[in-house]
Amino acid sequence: MTTATNTVRSAQPAVPADLDVQKLRADFPILRRLVHGKPLVYLDNAATTQKPQAVIDALVSYYTNENANIHRGVHTLSEEATESHEEARGVVQRFLNAAEPREIIFVRGATEGINLVAQTWGRTNVGAGDEIVITAMEHHSNIVPWQMLCEQRAAKLRVAPINDAGELLLDEFEKLLGPRTKLVAIGHVSNALGTVNPIGKIIEMAHRRKARVLVDGAQAVPHIAVDVRALDCDFYAFSGHKVYGPTGIGVLYGKAELLEAMPPYQGGGDMISSVTFEKTIYNHLPHKFEAGTPHVSGAIGLGAAIEYLNAVGIAPIAAHEHRVLDYGTERLQSVPGLRLIGTAKDKAGVLSFVLEGIHPHDIGTILDQEGIAIRTGHHCAQPLMQRFGISATARASLALYNTVEEIDALVTGLHKVQEVFA
Amino acid sequence: MADLRDLYHDVILEHSKRPRNFRTLEGANCSAEGFNPLCGDHFTVFLQVGDGKIRDISFQGSGCAISKASASMMTQALKGKSTEEAEAFFQKFHDVVTGKNGVESDDLSKLAAFAGVSEFPVRVKCATLAWHALRAALQGEQQAVSTE
Repeated sequence: MTTATNTVRSAQPAVPADLDVQKLRADFPILRRLVHGKPLVYLDNAATTQKPQAVIDALVSYYTNENANIHRGVHTLSEEATESHEEARGVVQRFLNAAEPREIIFVRGATEGINLVAQTWGRTNVGAGDEIVITAMEHHSNIVPWQMLCEQRAAKLRVAPINDAGELLLDEFEKLLGPRTKLVAIGHVSNALGTVNPIGKIIEMAHRRKARVLVDGAQAVPHIAVDVRALDCDFYAFSGHKVYGPTGIGVLYGKAELLEAMPPYQGGGDMISSVTFEKTIYNHLPHKFEAGTPHVSGAIGLGAAIEYLNAVGIAPIAAHEHRVLDYGTERLQSVPGLRLIGTAKDKAGVLSFVLEGIHPHDIGTILDQEGIAIRTGHHCAQPLMQRFGISATARASLALYNTVEEIDALVTGLHKVQEVFA
Repeated sequence: MADLRDLYHDVILEHSKRPRNFRTLEGANCSAEGFNPLCGDHFTVFLQVGDGKIRDISFQGSGCAISKASASMMTQALKGKSTEEAEAFFQKFHDVVTGKNGVESDDLSKLAAFAGVSEFPVRVKCATLAWHALRAALQGEQQAVSTE
C-alpha cells in the first residue's frame, strides 16, 4: 500500500528555482490596471485568482475557431471541440495523478462536486444513525451539503475540533471515528485560516475504520501538488477559478469503482446510452455525471490554466508563496493591535487578521482606496468565526504573482486605516 | 474619486467609538434583529412604543463603523418621534445614503453625515442595517431582517 504522508510529488527539486515574478506578472493583464488611481495590489486570491493571458487566449480561440456542441456531432467543429474538451480532462487527470480520465468529472466548482457526492454516493451509502465527520474549519460548502444529507437520511454530523492556532486536533478527530462513520469530509487547506490539514494521515485513519474520505481541495490545488493515488483519497473536489482558470468549471475526482456504483446526479442528455419511456440505460463514466451540454470553454480554459501552472512549476510557486507568506506574517505582526487568526505550523497562502477596535469591513474599504483588494467578512465559515469569538476577519491571500513589495503596500495601507480611526 | 473623509466623517467616527443608547432596553415592547450575512454585522434594535410615539430606543450588537454609527445616530434622531415620523425618516435616510436626494429636514441634519455613503455603494447596506431592523420592530416582524 502506498503511504500518503507526502503530498508533494517527488519531482520537486530540493531547492526550487526562484520565480521571476516580475516576468510572470506580465502574463496577467489585469495586474496592469489601476484602482482608484493606484496600481492594483490583488490579495484576494483565495476568493478567485486572476487569469493569465494563456487562459484568456484559450477561451477566445475556442469561440473563434472551434465552437460546437460536443459528443454528438459528425461535423469537423464538433469533433475538434470534443477533442479539446477531452484533452482538458486528460490534463486534469495527469494534474491529480488520477488513474484514468473517466475518474475526472467536470462540475461547476468544488461546491457542486461536494453536492454531487452527497446526493449520489451519500443517498445510497448513508442511512439512519450513520455518521459523517467534518472539522470545525470547514467552508459552508463542506458543511451544508452534509447537513442536508443527514436530514434526509436521519444521519449524524460530527465536528472535529481545532486548537487556537487553527490546527485540527488529530486525537479528537480520531475519537470521532467509529463503526457508524461512513464518510470524512475535510478541507485540504482552510480558506479562512490557511491551515494545511494532514490529509494523508486523516485518510489512513478513516480507511482503517472503513470510512470513505472526500477532500475539498479548492484552496489547495493552487499551492500544493496533489497526487490522489498517493493520498488514496476517495473523492477530491476543486474549482477552476481558484487555480487561474475560468469560473463555472470545476472538478470532482472519484475512484472509478465508487463512481461506477453511484447513481447519476442529474438526468438529461449526454448522461444516457439509450432512452425509451420504459427504461433508460445510463452512459458510462464520466458522462453519467455530466448531464446536458457541458461548460466546454470552461474545461478548455481550465486545461490551459493547469498547463500554465505546470510550466511555471508548482514547487517553485509554493516556495515563492511561502517566502511571501513568512514575510507577511512577520510584517503584519509589527502592526500595533493586529492579531493573526490562523497560526498553524503548516500554512498555505492565507493571512487572516483582526485589528483592535476596527471592523474588517472598514479595513477593506480604506485599503480599496489604496488599490489593495482583500476579503473581509466571515469567509463562508461562520462556525469557525464563532470558534474564535469574532464575527469577521480581514484576509489577504496569495498567488504566484504576489510580491513582498505588495505586503509592504498592505502594511502601509493598514497604518493609513489606523490613522483614519486614530 | 471618492474621498475617504466623505465616508468616515468625524461625527461617524465619533459615534462608532462611543455609540449612544448602546444597551438593551428594560421595558422594551418591541425589538428586531438586523443581520448582514455577508459581513457578519448583527444588531438588535429595542423600542418602547406608546400612544404612537417612540418613548425610548436603544440598540445592541456588533458591526463596522458605518453600521454602528448609523444605529447610534438613528436612536438619537428618533427618540420622542411618532412612528409615522420614524417611517418618514427611514425613507429620507435611505434617499440620503443612496444619493437620491439632498438633505432637507433639520431633524436629519446630523444624519447628513451619511451622504458620503452614496459614493461607496457596497456600504449602503451597512448604513441601513439598523434602520431595517427598526422598521421590522415597528411592523412586528419576528424573523431577523437581512440586508442581503
